[in-house]
Amino acid sequence: MTTLLSVERVSKAFGGLQALDECSLSVEKGSITGLIGPNGSGKTTLFNVITGYEKPDSGSVSFEGAEITRAGPSKVFALGVGRTFQITRIFVRLSVLENMLVATQRDEGWLRGLTRSKSSKSELVSAMEWLDFVGIGHLASQPAGSLSFGQRKLLELAYVLVADPDVILLDEPAGGVNLTLINEIAERIQSLNKSGKSFLIVEHNMEFVMNLCDRVTVMHQGTDLVSGTPSEIRNDPLVLDAYLGGSDDDETEEAS
Amino acid sequence: MLRARNVWWILALIVLGLFPLIETNPTWTTIGVFALIFMACATSWNMFSGYSGYINLGSAVSYGVGAYTMALLADHLHVPGNGDLFWLIPVGGVAAMIVAVPVGLVALRVRRHTFVVITIAIFFVFQLSAINFSFTGGTSGLQLPLIPWLETNYNKPFYYSALAITVFAALLSAAVRRSRFGLQLLAIRDDEDRAAGLGVKVFAVKLTGFTMSAFVVGMGGALYAVFLGQIYPQFVFDPIFDISIALMSILGGLGTLTGPLLGALVLESMQQYLTIRFSNGSLYLIIFGALFLVIILFMPQGVVVALSDLRSRRAARRVEGARVVMGKAS
Repeated sequence: MTTLLSVERVSKAFGGLQALDECSLSVEKGSITGLIGPNGSGKTTLFNVITGYEKPDSGSVSFEGAEITRAGPSKVFALGVGRTFQITRIFVRLSVLENMLVATQRDEGWLRGLTRSKSSKSELVSAMEWLDFVGIGHLASQPAGSLSFGQRKLLELAYVLVADPDVILLDEPAGGVNLTLINEIAERIQSLNKSGKSFLIVEHNMEFVMNLCDRVTVMHQGTDLVSGTPSEIRNDPLVLDAYLGGSDDDETEEAS
Repeated sequence: MLRARNVWWILALIVLGLFPLIETNPTWTTIGVFALIFMACATSWNMFSGYSGYINLGSAVSYGVGAYTMALLADHLHVPGNGDLFWLIPVGGVAAMIVAVPVGLVALRVRRHTFVVITIAIFFVFQLSAINFSFTGGTSGLQLPLIPWLETNYNKPFYYSALAITVFAALLSAAVRRSRFGLQLLAIRDDEDRAAGLGVKVFAVKLTGFTMSAFVVGMGGALYAVFLGQIYPQFVFDPIFDISIALMSILGGLGTLTGPLLGALVLESMQQYLTIRFSNGSLYLIIFGALFLVIILFMPQGVVVALSDLRSRRAARRVEGARVVMGKAS
C-alpha cells in the first residue's frame, strides 16, 4: 500500500492554545482511516490544516507525494482532497441540484466559468447519479435550505463525491443522525471504498469507527497518541487513559 | 412559460423604445434618461452585489471615474460638441473597470459589514481626491463641450444611449446568472468558505464580478456627464448615488433580474418628478425613507420576490381548492 495523504509533525497554535502539537498522520491508498480523540484534541483543526483552511505553524502536509502545506482550500480540493464539515455547510438559497453543480468541475480555471453555462449534460447526469446514490435524488429541484439535517449531511457527501476526489475527509458523518441513516452512511462509505476511494473519518461513534475503519489514529491534546488496527486501539491502555482519565472502572464499560 | 416571460420583456422594450417618440416634452424625456441610467447602474450593481452578497456602497467610485474620464478625454482629445462624444462612453466604462481592480484587491479581502465600511471609505477617498486635485478642476468641476442641438430633439440620443446601456446591462446580468461564474457568485453569497472548499477560486471570481459591474456603472457616469454638460465632485462622487443604487435593488429584489430594473424605474422617476413638481430637492428622501421602512417590514426580500411568492401561494391555494371540490364530488 502506498501513502496517499501524509501529515508530518504539524503544529498550530491559536494564541496561547496549542491546538496541534507535532501531529503526524497518514492515509493509505484505498483505506478507511479513522481519527478519534476527546473533544478539543485537535481533530477538526487537523482537517482544516490538511484542506488549506488553516496554515500550520510548522510541519508539512503532502498528497500523492506533492507538498500541499501552503495551498488554499480551492487548490487542495482541485488536487483531489474533498471534505465535509462537522456542522454541515451547504448553499441554502440554491437548489439541491445547483449545490451539486458548484462542485462538478473541481479544477476548472476561473475564466472558464464566464464563458460556459451552469452545467453540461454530462455534469447534470453525474450530479443526478450521485444524488440518487445518497438517496435524495427526488429532492433535486428543492431549495437546499428546506432539507432536513440528515438530508443536508447526505447532500454535502454527494457534492463532495461529484467532483471525484481521491480522498474524502468526513468530519463526524454520523453525528446527530438517526441509527438507520448511520447504517446507510456506513454502507455508502464501504461501497465507495470498494470502488477505490480513500477516507479519513473523524467520528465519536465508536461502533461506527471500529466497524468501518482499517486503521485508527487516536489524537490527544493536539498530537497523535497511537495508530493501529481497531482491535489494537480498543485494547491500548494509552487510549483508555486519554478517553477515560485512567479510571479502571470505566475500562470495562469501554470494552463492552 | 418561458415564452410568456420573453413576451413581457419585448413589450417592455417596445414601450421604452417608443416613449420619447410619443412623449416629446423635454421634462418627461429628461426623467426618462435619468431613470434609464439608474436602471442600468442598479442592474449592474446587482449583478455583483446582489448575486455575491457583497453590498458595495461605493459604486459612485465607478460612476465618478466614468464621468471624469469622459470630461477629461473630451477636453484633451478636443472632441467637438456633437455625437462623437458618445463614442467615449465605453471608454468611461473601461476606465471604471481599470480603477475597480485595485479597489477590489483591497476591499474584497474583507467580508460583510467590514466590506461595506471599506467601500464607503474608498468612496470618500475618491470624492476628496476629485475635490482636491487640480486636474479634476477641484470644486468647480469640469465643463464638457456644449452640444448645440435643438431642445425638442436634444434628449433623444441620450435616451437611446441610456436604453442601449440598460439593455446591455440586463443581458449581461442574465447571462451571468446562467453561467457557471454566476453560480459561483451565488455560492459565495451563501457560504464563501464552503465554495472555496469545492474548488471555486473565490477571490478571482469576486474580483471579476466586481470589475464587470464597474463597467456599466462607469458608462452610466460617462453618459450622465455628457447629458449634464458640467460635472462637480459632489454630483458624480455622490453618496446619495451609492445608497440609491443599493436601495433600488433591495426594494425591487436583491439578486433578481427584474427587481433592480423596476426599483430604479419607479424610484428614480419618482425622485425626479417630486423634485420638479415641488421644486424641493430633498423631499424625495423623506418618501424614500418611509417606503424603505414599509418594504423592509412587509417584503424584506423585495417587491419582485414578494409578488412571485404571492402568485405561487395563490396557485397552490387554487390547486388545494380544486382538490377539495373534487373530494366532495367523489
